[in-house]
Amino acid sequence: MSALETAAHPERLCRVAIDPLSRVEGHGKVTLLVDRDHHIRQARLHIVEFRGFEKFIQGRPYWEVPVVVQRLCGICPVSHHLAAAKAVDQLVGAKEITPTAEKIRRLMHYGQTLQSHAVHFFHLASPDFLFDFDDPTAHRNIGGVMADFPDIARQGVRLRKYGQEVIRVTAGKRIHGSGTVPGGVNKALTLQERNYLLTDLDLMTQWARNILKLIKQAYALNPGYFTHFATIRSNYLSLVRDDRALDLYHGGLRARNDKGEILFDHLDYRRYAQVLREQVKSWSYMKFPFIHSLGPDKGWYRVGPLARVNNCDFIATPLAEEERREFMALGEGQPVHLTLAYHWARMIELLHAAEAIQELLLDPDIFGDELVVRGEMTREGIGVIEAPRGTLFHHYRINEDGLIEKANLIVSTTNNNQAMNESIRQVAEHYLDGKELTEPLLNQIEVAVRAYDPCLSCATHALGQMPLHVELVEESTGEMVDCLVRDADGTVRNEAFPLPLGAG
Amino acid sequence: MEPSETKHSLSLWERVRVRVPGLLILACGNPSRGDDSLGPLFLERLAELREQRGDWDDVELLADFQLQIEHAVDLEGRALALFVDAGMSGPAPFQFTRLQPARDISYTSHALSPAAVLHVYQQINHALPPPAFQLAIRGERFELGEPLSSVAEANLVAALAFTCRLLERRDAATWDQWAFV
Repeated sequence: MSALETAAHPERLCRVAIDPLSRVEGHGKVTLLVDRDHHIRQARLHIVEFRGFEKFIQGRPYWEVPVVVQRLCGICPVSHHLAAAKAVDQLVGAKEITPTAEKIRRLMHYGQTLQSHAVHFFHLASPDFLFDFDDPTAHRNIGGVMADFPDIARQGVRLRKYGQEVIRVTAGKRIHGSGTVPGGVNKALTLQERNYLLTDLDLMTQWARNILKLIKQAYALNPGYFTHFATIRSNYLSLVRDDRALDLYHGGLRARNDKGEILFDHLDYRRYAQVLREQVKSWSYMKFPFIHSLGPDKGWYRVGPLARVNNCDFIATPLAEEERREFMALGEGQPVHLTLAYHWARMIELLHAAEAIQELLLDPDIFGDELVVRGEMTREGIGVIEAPRGTLFHHYRINEDGLIEKANLIVSTTNNNQAMNESIRQVAEHYLDGKELTEPLLNQIEVAVRAYDPCLSCATHALGQMPLHVELVEESTGEMVDCLVRDADGTVRNEAFPLPLGAG
Repeated sequence: MEPSETKHSLSLWERVRVRVPGLLILACGNPSRGDDSLGPLFLERLAELREQRGDWDDVELLADFQLQIEHAVDLEGRALALFVDAGMSGPAPFQFTRLQPARDISYTSHALSPAAVLHVYQQINHALPPPAFQLAIRGERFELGEPLSSVAEANLVAALAFTCRLLERRDAATWDQWAFV
């Protein structure tokens, strides 16, 4: 764990806050404490966890949960829908759902993965690859990408739309869908729907391959930067299939340490509480999960695309597997720890999602009519899924009337909480320390956070537009002697000496 | 057994263009967040009205949590678009305005403004988007788990009545006259 987590004398330091807001995903901000010589003494990412929802669903009937939880997040409602559905399957005693039900759910999930990864990379992260850090903030965003690389921007929109269409077709509608029901799904695909989705799939696959080429080119042009920026060594956690292949829908929990050694494998995810614990820190509303056997200091881990690609033994679709092999060569026999490689791994998964969708669309089981199974009711259900941003846990207990008595949700962003903090500290230490803080330098903090694609990524990507206050405080008196403000519209001004920057 | 193959000659995007109804009404909001449910509720009630009347064939109703980049594709092939959302600061019971494409702060986020969606349309199609308007229905309370407030309910009724008038005259010139400056 980095020494920058807690400063020895924070009262003597200058505080820098990157404080974005967002509509539904929660709030996040970064604070830096800086001394008069511009040395970073403390760096923290604060995320206001969205715990109110667990209370909100208490007292509701269990069968409502997969639909209601979609309202938890406007970004990846399908992940919550499916994780809740898997938990509810257990409540209704559906130990194994039918092949048709599982394949329709998988199709929905891969559609969601494809659209989520597409929007993240093409519209939120691509400026980090396509433009330099000192590129003007007004240009270094998707607007600049659209102007300079219109084909890439267009492909991002189309990929996103395609993924949404897969969701619409499998869930019945684009949002608030009731595609899954306790023990299965409520509809299979028709031939017409299948053909509709197949039509443009080759194009989606080709675009996914193209973007991987772009990422590899960017890496080859600046390997030093990609290798070192925000890079940290960590443990990794994800689901893997029975044969240890990448699986985003179902599997057992696997964890590796930073050397790639297996910590536990094929663990039934219903036993997650035996291996994972959550630590509370006084300065953060969000908990810090860790692997119990390693303790909080050494047991924190990463989830998401980088963890999944590091953790699996292979990918079951050929093009993505070829890409995985090339990617894993970076680690020279160990996991790839490069934080910016999250984007690379994400695009391997995007390609895998396109291939997996094709396999599923060509599988006759998707037209089946056995949609639902039921068994003996139980009082507790745990559903785990690999959401686009990482492992997502939904845990419910019901009373004898079938009403939710207790709910516990561990979202991907929580799983990555310590890792994101470690990455911003690495950036603070290696790129910001001892330098006068400037906007491009502060943007690097955002680049590190964005690699994880936390649910607040929309806000952290508002480059040059986040409200930002940089205060320099006199050590002995605590009096503010200087203050740099970046307004929401991107205007930078000095509040202590109110002349526009550059005017003097 | 797998049903027999049929082949589509048009791609998804081409079919989007040729099949879409002329008017898109796109409403946003989260049904579990108090008056943020105004958008989806508006659409639900409009759908009921359409069923009763049976004469709004050339209208597509679409709901989502928030506007995102792919909604630019939903605008393709339209003659007219209406964005509906709950408003926190505009006048009650609602505000009806003409929209223009704009790159605003929402441009780099997961939740775009209607103006930013129009701008994305312009960028990906190299053409002007269809004439688009916004109906912002005034809400008061947006907390998780809250029901629709009584004030918002009254505003919703007024907004629906106004929209019925809009649907009688589905042309941008008329809507322009009715829009607030």
